[in-house]
Amino acid sequence: MSAATSTTPAAPAAGRERPAATQTAFWPTVGALLRKELLVELRTLESVPAMSLFALSTYVVFHFALNRGSVEGDLAAGILWVTLLFAAILGVNRLFVADADQGGFDGFLLAPVDRTALLLAKVLTLLAYLLVLELIAVPAFSILLLGAPIGPALPGLIATLALADLGIAVIGTLVAALAVRTRARDLLGPLLALPLFVPIVIGAARATEPLLVSAHRGEPAARWLATLAVYDLLFGLIAYALFDFLLED
Amino acid sequence: MTTPAVEVSGLVRRYGEREVLSGVELALEPGRTLVVFGPNGAGKTTLLRVLATLLRPHAGTVRVLGSAIPEEDWAVRGRVGFVGHEPLLYRELTARENLRFHARLHGVAEDRVRELLDQVALTERADEPLRTLSRGMVQRVAVARAVLHEPELLLLDEPYANLDPAAIELLAPLIGASCGCTRVLCSHDPSGGLDGADVVLGLRAGRPALLAQAGTLAPEDITELYR
Repeated sequence: MSAATSTTPAAPAAGRERPAATQTAFWPTVGALLRKELLVELRTLESVPAMSLFALSTYVVFHFALNRGSVEGDLAAGILWVTLLFAAILGVNRLFVADADQGGFDGFLLAPVDRTALLLAKVLTLLAYLLVLELIAVPAFSILLLGAPIGPALPGLIATLALADLGIAVIGTLVAALAVRTRARDLLGPLLALPLFVPIVIGAARATEPLLVSAHRGEPAARWLATLAVYDLLFGLIAYALFDFLLED
Repeated sequence: MTTPAVEVSGLVRRYGEREVLSGVELALEPGRTLVVFGPNGAGKTTLLRVLATLLRPHAGTVRVLGSAIPEEDWAVRGRVGFVGHEPLLYRELTARENLRFHARLHGVAEDRVRELLDQVALTERADEPLRTLSRGMVQRVAVARAVLHEPELLLLDEPYANLDPAAIELLAPLIGASCGCTRVLCSHDPSGGLDGADVVLGLRAGRPALLAQAGTLAPEDITELYR
């Protein structure tokens, strides 16, 4: 028999007397799932190009529709975050489609693995998508809509993006897992996600607003960064508690 | 006394209000083969998915490899190999990438992937995306996936459906009667299905219509189920 290379004994709940099947170690499982996710996306290019193109074309539309040389402050922050959020929803909607349509869920459920590994791998996948999206969308936003160069605002903006992305990725994964097994998954995903994303947009836009004022560029509002962090933590715990049940029959 | 590999009593499974399985009883000793016959919609696939821990029973007791389902399904995962109607493989990945992925989930060494690709005669096509392979080839990869971790129990839902005689012969050591595993196999082929069967269960509209030792049955008894 082939060796079970990276395994640790499973940890059954107290009171279970029967020895568990050997459970595959957590981090190699996350690594295998993440590698698979990225390979599938690289081959299909279904999510990231669509997200990026959506963001780019939305900024172009805003550029012409607003009919002004530049935007700043609260208007700029609103445009930046609403666009990023809607682009993210495109990725959220596709997150579990290959698993649902090609039997990947069943393949995963048959393996002796901690199911939280799938949650973490999907969150990391969505974070990777958002990172690529923002590498394209933020410079485009700066060129098309911002009057002043975005460089000085970058440290604060990166902190805000990181906290907002984490929340979007966790909530997006939770909602995608819930929606994907329904017939109306393309509708249900955004309908469930948008209300949950509202606090993230509010927090991220308020935190970003002082960074995008050309005359008196400030720091991101610590209060709003803290709000984003608490929201991330809250939904991280909810996702951890609920994810197993979403995979169940 | 040996613990049965599969023990089912009073199993009920519903989809919505509709009972897909009702009153199913069976016991299968380790190393033996149960073949399940029945017309389309009889509940064969549902029974296999319950035994694989992919569906929960709604009533009755189910024990697989000594563990109660669903209470102890964590103890069964990784000890069961499942071949269903879907290959449970990603079309954009190659056969090798798919098997490597499942090998990592099961903690199986890389050598086993190469060994199985060789056994299912797909080494030469192993690095092509699955979507470019024929259905028969994909089925061979699906069988390789199911036996990758050398399961104790094989759950096979019409495993030879897309295969030519040469491929069936190729897969015999992996999922055939000589594989040494306990097997539960769904089939529509009365004569072929009885080959290698120890016990036969016939289902009709989700209810058991026949449960007998295979040696006591003729293909005509099976054909009767479909009328």
